[in-house]
Amino acid sequence: MNLPNAETLFETLAERIKPLIKANTAVVGIHSGGAWLAERLLPILCKVQGGENLAQGILDVSFYRDDFHERGLHSETKPSQIPFDVQDKNIILIDDVFYTGRTIRAAMNELFDYGRPASITLAVLVNRGGRELPIAPQISAFDTELAESQNLQLLRHENGTFYFTLEENT
Amino acid sequence: MQNPQLTEDSELKHLLSIEGLPKRILNQILDTAESFVGVAEREVKKVPLLRGKTVCNLFFENSTRTRTTFEIAAKRLSADVITLNVSTSSQAKGETILDTIDNLTAMHADMFVVRHAQSGAAHMIAKHVAPHISVINAGDGRHAHPTQGLLDVFTIRKYKPEMHNLRVAIVGDVLHSRVARSEIHALTTLGVPEVRVIAPKTLLPQDVEKLGVHVYHDMNEGLKDVDVVMMLRLQNERMAGAMLPSAQEYFKTYGLTAEKLAQAKPDAIVMHPGPMNRGVEIDSAVADGSQSVILPQVTYGIAVRMAVMSILAGN
Repeated sequence: MNLPNAETLFETLAERIKPLIKANTAVVGIHSGGAWLAERLLPILCKVQGGENLAQGILDVSFYRDDFHERGLHSETKPSQIPFDVQDKNIILIDDVFYTGRTIRAAMNELFDYGRPASITLAVLVNRGGRELPIAPQISAFDTELAESQNLQLLRHENGTFYFTLEENT
Repeated sequence: MQNPQLTEDSELKHLLSIEGLPKRILNQILDTAESFVGVAEREVKKVPLLRGKTVCNLFFENSTRTRTTFEIAAKRLSADVITLNVSTSSQAKGETILDTIDNLTAMHADMFVVRHAQSGAAHMIAKHVAPHISVINAGDGRHAHPTQGLLDVFTIRKYKPEMHNLRVAIVGDVLHSRVARSEIHALTTLGVPEVRVIAPKTLLPQDVEKLGVHVYHDMNEGLKDVDVVMMLRLQNERMAGAMLPSAQEYFKTYGLTAEKLAQAKPDAIVMHPGPMNRGVEIDSAVADGSQSVILPQVTYGIAVRMAVMSILAGN
């Protein structure tokens, strides 16, 4: 498979999210790739009408993962930062690569511990197929089907631009 | 020799003492605790990590703060918690510690938090328990109180993030203090360049210098230009015989007053593990003053204990 250009997909993702922005919207990125995307989306989305006071947050779902008992705690757990009131917010949840849906389940569980959002919309850069739960992104910039052995990862250059790597798990 | 606290692949299995733990593990605990601080500020102050696990708090010796914060920490991790004040129950009826442990294991306990007046009690329990069970030392005799040492360095890191640039003074009854020993090991492992102890000779263990500390007997000298003042409680209940003239005399020489604190750097922080003897080791004006971080220590203690429990449960 030819790797998609991450920067082009980022533009597409931003365009697709723009119509969702209204007052009372918050953008929440999932650590780490989703948080990088949210960070760069924010200045773009703030310019959209209604987005002037767009709230932003970061989730690290380590404490909500369903594989804690097999894998333990990740050594680089980062604090979640939700510096706004979740109650009644329209939340756009951002992740880089959508796969099994387990991360999103964990993220939704965590969000609800902050309050009851009015809605959650999931937006991802790539939907790589292989979901294991009845959870799917409403917005994705690129859809593909990868084998279970393949690991698609979003990375970031020092200048902040994005690129993908695709590795075969052995 | 394999450190009894670590698994075969060098991850933390029990927390018995800070002595001998690598910097990597101390930092892992402190970094994880950072993530737990925010949990207390949410609508729902709980995460589901230890859901379905049972934590047994076994207190063979009295404690309020440590017992309560361990209990809150376990509950915020969604564990089921049982707190036993053993001094008032089965031990009084003659049951041995290990029989108590075996009985609680038969009730499917997953983790033991142990406080005991005998040094080494938690070690003995850790050696005895089944492989899936973790043991946390919540204070054993004069030996160690590792979570207190960790919460103290966590508090220091919060207020003074440049650990490699600090001068820290530990003041008071070092001889009887498991807290002091744990603090010294944590500070030196994390690379604090200058740790001082200030105490009368009668309240210092022999060979205390071997722990890598500088010894002072005079408060004004010892507090000069320090960034952190860690006060210790005068342990009246452990004091056999008259090592000190009187509490008033002690306060005059070693009690922390605003006047003595003025020797430290102007932005120095003041810490105390509690419970405080006001007017004995610390003056109320200092304990309640703007440089005091004694209550934040208590709050951070919960996050640090949550971090320890969740790391142990995951390894």
